[in-house]
Amino acid sequence: MTALARTPSGSDSTQGLSSGSTISRVFEHRLMAYRRTFRSSLFTSFITPTLFLAAMGLGLGSYVDSGDSATLGGISYLAFLAPGLLAASAMNSSAFEATFPVMRGLLWSRTFHAMYATPISARDITLGNLAFMTARLTLIATAFTVVIVLFGAATSPLIVLAVPAAVLTGMAFAAPITAFSATQKTPEKFNALFRFVITPLFLFSGTFFPVSSLPPVLQSVAWFTPLYHGVSLTRGLSLGTISQDPLAAVVDVLFLSAFVIVGTSFAIRTIGARLVRG
Amino acid sequence: MPDTLVSPAVSPPGTSETPSLIHARGLTKKFGEFIAVDAVDFDVAPGESFGFLGPNGAGKTSTMRMIGCVSPITNGSLRIMDMDPAADGPRIRARLGVVPQQDTLDTELTVRENLIIYGRYFGLSRTEVGKRADELLEFAQLTERAGDQVEPLSGGMKRRLTIARSLINEPTILLLDEPTTGLDPQARHLLWDRLYRLKQRGVTLVLTTHYMDEAEQLCDRLVVMDKAKIVAEGSPRELIERYSTKEVTELRFEPDVAETLHGRFDAIAERTEYLPDRILLYADDGEEAAVGVHAMGLRPETVLVRRSSLEDVFLRLTGRSLIE
Repeated sequence: MTALARTPSGSDSTQGLSSGSTISRVFEHRLMAYRRTFRSSLFTSFITPTLFLAAMGLGLGSYVDSGDSATLGGISYLAFLAPGLLAASAMNSSAFEATFPVMRGLLWSRTFHAMYATPISARDITLGNLAFMTARLTLIATAFTVVIVLFGAATSPLIVLAVPAAVLTGMAFAAPITAFSATQKTPEKFNALFRFVITPLFLFSGTFFPVSSLPPVLQSVAWFTPLYHGVSLTRGLSLGTISQDPLAAVVDVLFLSAFVIVGTSFAIRTIGARLVRG
Repeated sequence: MPDTLVSPAVSPPGTSETPSLIHARGLTKKFGEFIAVDAVDFDVAPGESFGFLGPNGAGKTSTMRMIGCVSPITNGSLRIMDMDPAADGPRIRARLGVVPQQDTLDTELTVRENLIIYGRYFGLSRTEVGKRADELLEFAQLTERAGDQVEPLSGGMKRRLTIARSLINEPTILLLDEPTTGLDPQARHLLWDRLYRLKQRGVTLVLTTHYMDEAEQLCDRLVVMDKAKIVAEGSPRELIERYSTKEVTELRFEPDVAETLHGRFDAIAERTEYLPDRILLYADDGEEAAVGVHAMGLRPETVLVRRSSLEDVFLRLTGRSLIE
């Protein structure tokens, strides 16, 4: 029997598919397309942190370090900045990954609709895509962390754990942004998202300078942003200061996890609603 | 006016021993206050080729999306392969092939990869899906383009790839929503040929179209939809016999002459349609009607005698043309 002809008896080749394996098909799809740009993407993953750490960590750092080093607790600006940039770049990558590719799947090439015509559910599509974003973030964060170590900017072996911390930070953005992207019919508001959410967070969540130097009101605002917790987590691991306040680290993890969980459940709903509408 | 022509009962052909693959009663779809599909009844039997014919906005796509188990029904009942779309969506979809109106191919993947990944969605092994992909590329006459990107393909090739993709799971029912809309005549004929082959192999085809020639070519049986309702049901031949005469005489006059002719042809035609650009005389003998026109002393610019088509059926049922 060829693939073409099947009379009513049909084929039941899909019986016994678990949700786990249907999610992995969606992941496999994204991976198939990603394979093509993998090399250049990997190259960028190393080049970007190298440029940032060279320019800001070493270049700008030499000025900062020549001043009063007590403000940074006696560490070099490079060591202070590197883990912050790690968390912030995880945020940036996620914001991109959770906007345009989602709109592409739902609106431009409509590949999510193609998947939805098969046994794949809206939940599978959402989770498969988030799983892919997680994998991509892991790659980016690992490359970034390797560069940090090569720059000698990490002072604690706990830097290894900064990789999952950065991934968690990225996903705290990816999940809710995915939910948001699925409600959009044009990419117009993505620009607003980058300009009014991502960029201010990048600048004011403790990446480049301690949040304690902000006015008290802004300090409280910063506390409620996921990037603040991401930066505090990666920095605590890279500098080994996490053991000084383990409770704060637990709060960071819980805060970020809540964004991931709530964001994911919203994403399943908004993507589902979009698929049903057609 | 068309209400009198509605046939109330729509029954599947064959005996009660052949259970219908798709069974709809009072099937309704609403979007807020808007009624897209208004209590339609139909059955599709195994192996038949069934069509929804109607103009844009008649409710065809909404009906197809309910059959495809991607859009929940608002009211009525729908059974597909004796399963309930609300409860068994994924199980039903596992046995459907879907060719949507808009292409949903992945432009980041090659032609062959599009088939491979789609097969994987149905849980097929890599070996199996590779084998099927090669067969289907052959069937869709795309073997030479297997490694190419999707984007540069012509509209007809993309459609053929979409059809190939929809067959990767060896579906029991193939759903085609406006399969040839937007294609040039040559590409359409090539596509019809491929669909006809599938039909010969016993695949159940369900398609929507607003082209009467497509419906005549491909459908064993069809329902005519207009304004969310089914207004007639039958084979193309039955519908033409029931709602039209054997032949049609098309007359073209100069516009100012045409305006004066309303009601003048009642003696020589069973029925007359006055369209903006021509007058249609419905008669079993079109030549005789044409002779009658000349006998009345009228000199039309052109006279064309042709067989009745589904277009005429639609005109009769709704008072409008299919493609406006």
